[in-house]
Amino acid sequence: MKRLLDIEFHKFKYSKSSKILTIIYLVIVILLMFTGLIQVDINGFKGSLSDLGIFNFPYIWHLSTYMVSFLKIFIAIVIVSLTANEYSNRTLKQNLIDGLSKKELILSKLYLAITLALLTTMIVFIASLTLGLFYSDYLEIGIVFSKMEYLPAFFISHLMFFCFCLFAGVLVKRSAFALGLIGVWWILELVIRGLSSFIDFKYELDTWNVIQHILPLESASLLIKEPFTKISIVQGGIEQLTQGQYIKDYGVSLINVATSMVWSFLFIFWSYKILKSRDL
Amino acid sequence: MKTILEIKNLSKNYSGLKAVDNVSFKIEKGHVYGILGPNGSGKSTTLGMVLNVVNPTSGSYEWFEGTTTNHDALKRIGAIIERPNFYPSMTAVQNLELVCKIKNIPKDKIEEKLTVVDLLSRRHSPFSTYSLGMKQRLAIASALLNDPEILILDEPTNGLDPQGIRKIRDIIQEIAKSGTTILLASHLLDEVEKVCTHVIVLRQGKTLYCGAVDEMNHNHGVVHLDSVNRDGLFDFLKGQPYAVSVKEEMEGFKVVLNQPVDLGAINAAAFEKNISLNKLFLKKQSLEDQFIQLTNHN
Repeated sequence: MKRLLDIEFHKFKYSKSSKILTIIYLVIVILLMFTGLIQVDINGFKGSLSDLGIFNFPYIWHLSTYMVSFLKIFIAIVIVSLTANEYSNRTLKQNLIDGLSKKELILSKLYLAITLALLTTMIVFIASLTLGLFYSDYLEIGIVFSKMEYLPAFFISHLMFFCFCLFAGVLVKRSAFALGLIGVWWILELVIRGLSSFIDFKYELDTWNVIQHILPLESASLLIKEPFTKISIVQGGIEQLTQGQYIKDYGVSLINVATSMVWSFLFIFWSYKILKSRDL
Repeated sequence: MKTILEIKNLSKNYSGLKAVDNVSFKIEKGHVYGILGPNGSGKSTTLGMVLNVVNPTSGSYEWFEGTTTNHDALKRIGAIIERPNFYPSMTAVQNLELVCKIKNIPKDKIEEKLTVVDLLSRRHSPFSTYSLGMKQRLAIASALLNDPEILILDEPTNGLDPQGIRKIRDIIQEIAKSGTTILLASHLLDEVEKVCTHVIVLRQGKTLYCGAVDEMNHNHGVVHLDSVNRDGLFDFLKGQPYAVSVKEEMEGFKVVLNQPVDLGAINAAAFEKNISLNKLFLKKQSLEDQFIQLTNHN
């Protein structure tokens, strides 16, 4: 395992696109940390975003994992290009000739995906902790390290997405097309959502409630639900509008964890099958 | 003798087309083998199969008498397929370091092998800045990193300029001299003739011949002779048991042989008949002639 990681990080380290995209990722994360200083004026409230209490522990864990999740596309591009370029540079063929087995090849890519998912989780952990220590109103250890299930959820949703990227790279062999495929798949999920919502509306069914937990991207995005309606000021606003109490479960549900794990496994398994059956 | 690779009834079909059809041969340690055949005769596909990048339709192959798994066997060989494949943004050294990691060998031979192929001065330039000849030489350095038990080269001089071809050939000859087993696929006959002791001839995916170069056609070459007394010489030659045919040409007689001959004995026998020769030499049939003959016969 150490050897395979070593091989994969050698490729990662000396690839221009991966360097640039990783730097962009880090820069955006750091910029996001400064949003606490932004001055806002909503609903009669004046002050900086941090005064809203959004950087309070443990809420910060939820907010930051949700926000940083959007940036995973940068790391995804790295994985797609590292995988697809192995085909276009024909280095995949050379790796096999040099004595890497097809299984080792997929495993090394999987280890890279796991490591990058771990690293991004670490980054979001450190960033949230720093932000919280600066702005949070509560600094008791018990509160600081509570409700942290969003971090493992962040890891799992990233891992699933990276495995998807790996699979796309192996399947279509060209990075641009592979990214296209991911885009098309995302649109397809939106179309499915539209259709099933329409059916639900027309026949008074509840299909979307089932399907959303099956589709890979949708179920991964459900791992960390939107945190905004949790903010008291926003919640208050909604309750004012609807004249009722606003209740929502913001927790990480196990069904989505399970779905993401199954998809990760399937993507890796299919990548291996494709690689094994294909002539290079 | 130690067998390095044994191929048994290997076949590969590409949607109905038989690229490789029931090919069997053995590679033994210490020889230099050439795989000959026109373009599209299945050379690269055969090599691709034994190198684990093309899945065989049927048949099998065995590295090192089956003592190791296929991908571990590949760590002990060095192979270059068609064109050099490296990571464009990495330098020569970085690329070779990666190969060392894959083959699980120490990195201390990188400089030595780069010296062999004359690339030491460019070792820190990115691969993408190399000329084709340099890329091909880097590929050879990479294949030599593990001091391989067999070196497999598929069209190593393809697309190179004359200097590049010469350089690669010199390197191959140098390696062959050191006793490394080599398997060289090429459609360039003189290339194979210069270095190979054994040949495997393929045509349309079938093996036509597999064995030593000299025994390819049970052919012993041609003797060229001339004398002032041409009539006498003609009578003399017609009576000789080794002469298959005697043909008069501008520069003298051309005698096709059916057995090995001793030129000294021929000279002495002619002199006994009062014919003094002013020309006498043996010419082996070129691999090209043999190859054409072989592919025409079958």
